Amino acid sequence: MNIIVCAKDVVDASEMKIDSNTNKPILEGISKKISDIDKNAIEEAIKIKEKHGGKITAITVGTPDSKERIKELLAMGADEGVLIPYPEKYDYHIVSKLLAEAIKKINEYDIIICGEASTDFFSGQIGPKIAGLLNISQITYAFNLNVEKDKIIGERNMGENSVTTESSYPVLVTVTKEINEPRLPSLMEILGAANKPIHEWNADSLLNDTNTKIETIDIKGISMERKNIVFKDNIDDSVTKLVDSLSKDGVLG
Amino acid sequence: MIYMVLVFSDNRNLNIELLSKGSELAKELGEKLTTIIIGKSDEELANEYIAFGAEEVYIAENEIEFFKSEEFSDIIEKIINETNNNYILIGSNKNGKELASRLAGKIDAGCIIDCSNIYFKDKKITAERTVYSGNAISIEQFNSLPAILTVSSKVFDPLKKDEKNKGNIVKKKYDIEKSSSKIINVKEMQSESVNVEDAEIIVSCGRGFKNKEDIKYANELADTLKGKTIGCSRPIAADLKWLSEDHWIGLSGHKVKPKLYIAAGISGQIQHIAGMRDSGIIVAINKDPEALIFKSADYGIVGDLYEVLPKLATALKNKIS
Ligand SMILES: Cc1cc2nc3c(=O)[nH]c(=O)nc-3n(C[C@H](O)[C@H](O)[C@H](O)COP(=O)(O)OP(=O)(O)OC[C@H]3O[C@@H](n4cnc5c(N)ncnc54)[C@H](O)[C@@H]3O)c2cc1C
Ligand SMILES: Nc1ncnc2c1ncn2[C@@H]1O[C@H](COP(=O)(O)O)[C@@H](O)[C@H]1O
Repeated sequence: MNIIVCAKDVVDASEMKIDSNTNKPILEGISKKISDIDKNAIEEAIKIKEKHGGKITAITVGTPDSKERIKELLAMGADEGVLIPYPEKYDYHIVSKLLAEAIKKINEYDIIICGEASTDFFSGQIGPKIAGLLNISQITYAFNLNVEKDKIIGERNMGENSVTTESSYPVLVTVTKEINEPRLPSLMEILGAANKPIHEWNADSLLNDTNTKIETIDIKGISMERKNIVFKDNIDDSVTKLVDSLSKDGVLG
Repeated sequence: MIYMVLVFSDNRNLNIELLSKGSELAKELGEKLTTIIIGKSDEELANEYIAFGAEEVYIAENEIEFFKSEEFSDIIEKIINETNNNYILIGSNKNGKELASRLAGKIDAGCIIDCSNIYFKDKKITAERTVYSGNAISIEQFNSLPAILTVSSKVFDPLKKDEKNKGNIVKKKYDIEKSSSKIINVKEMQSESVNVEDAEIIVSCGRGFKNKEDIKYANELADTLKGKTIGCSRPIAADLKWLSEDHWIGLSGHKVKPKLYIAAGISGQIQHIAGMRDSGIIVAINKDPEALIFKSADYGIVGDLYEVLPKLATALKNKIS
């Protein structure tokens, strides 16, 4: 079973601050990480490989330092990494196109796994868009996968319904956070990952047309001001103070 | 090029909300507003869409029993090619998101998911959406057409229904490309028909609750408050299934803005905050004094929820009566 995992390297939004002068989010100096659900994606790929054998390739469209996060994916269990540095201008479209072209270049694949959504942009767009570009079937929002030799069955959380979908290969799957518990690689695995290859492919070598379709014209930070009054005394006093405050604020009636 | 506006959702209410925005955009362009019904030929529904602003309704008649992106995107692609619609609004439920994204891949179009506003700026279609788990709004503009945009429910208000509206109904059958996937089971998720989005007061439960039965402590507190509803964090609904998903609040759940939000046993991860940050007053109950939730709260009590919730319920009962 040849599996491709698309994993995004994101800034950790929980560390983000808003610049009070410009009202823009401050993106510099924030630590980066593999987008949470993409770790579930790689974990699921490893489980499939453990059962059926094969090879796992992880692809990231990212910045040069995304290599560090790709190493984490290799330590978890991916066999090879591919880093495609972001071109000067990019949007959802260019990222999906680059991933689709890289997948075509890899050529041998049965399952492509993406996260249901990335933690920074949270659009859930890239996975199904790749499926559309490659014209292959898609199993989205999978919280359980059953992989057999010639077919895959996914149980999917579609909100109002739980839908079970079956497909032959190749197929694109997007997974939810609930599908598994991503492993933490051991020290041995971290050291072993150093010998696994990370290829770097240029956007220009994959795409002729690198024109974006969407431009971000502005970004505005949203800050949240709260009173932050914390009662730490004995519970009875805390409860009394809280009820008094809520009553004064007029939110009880 | 013709700049018509096309609207589609498999959810009736959401489609009606999209028709409202769609008709505003179509008026600005001086063009027509079209919508699509896929499945059974439902003229009653088509006429209803006309009363809510559609000028043309395509009914793609077929035997499709359940939604499948591969088939729906194929039909919509064919209708787009036939009608030259260039602005495509799709309802942002889970079906709609994967449909819009797949369609964007098939027709080589740009796509913006979960728009919180849509307008023309410098004659270009422009949308706002929340990014970085609720920390920022990005304003994004299409520099090419066709443009696909998705919108969740309750973002736009429907137009007033006008039975006098006139419109055209086109019934057609389309050959659908066979896809290699099939739906083998559809099970309705357990639902309690709770509407957290309109609730005035929400008591919300997190992993600090040890058993499903203990949710009763939240219920007892909620019972003392008016307009009360129970909410929860993602793990309570999605992993543990102690509450149905209509209680789920956060980035991937419901967005709420009650006047009072009480979070009990919730750590305050940014993805949870994203769903409740517009609340009036936020109260946090957590036994960990370092819990993140206190940074996003107006008032906090450091303590065991099993002790705090019953005491708070009693104190509130006395205060209110
Ligand atoms: C892409 C993405 C989307 C997500 N979307 C959502 C979403 O929509 N909604 C959402 O909620 N989460 C979402 N999450 C998950 C989110 O990151 C957190 O994992 C989740 O909110 C944690 O839930 P919790 O606070 O209930 O549990 P925990 O983080 O386990 O916190 C439990 C808290 O309870 C406290 N506690 C324990 N015992 C007691 C006690 N006896 N009394 C008082 N306090 C106690 C602990 O101190 C702790 O702070 C998402 C994650 C990702 C990656
Ligand atoms: N830059 C990227 N590199 C690799 N994979 C990505 C990238 N962006 C998005 N993805 C994949 O697409 C999924 C959905 O992302 P998004 O559409 O941004 O919510 C992610 O969980 C990843 O699997």
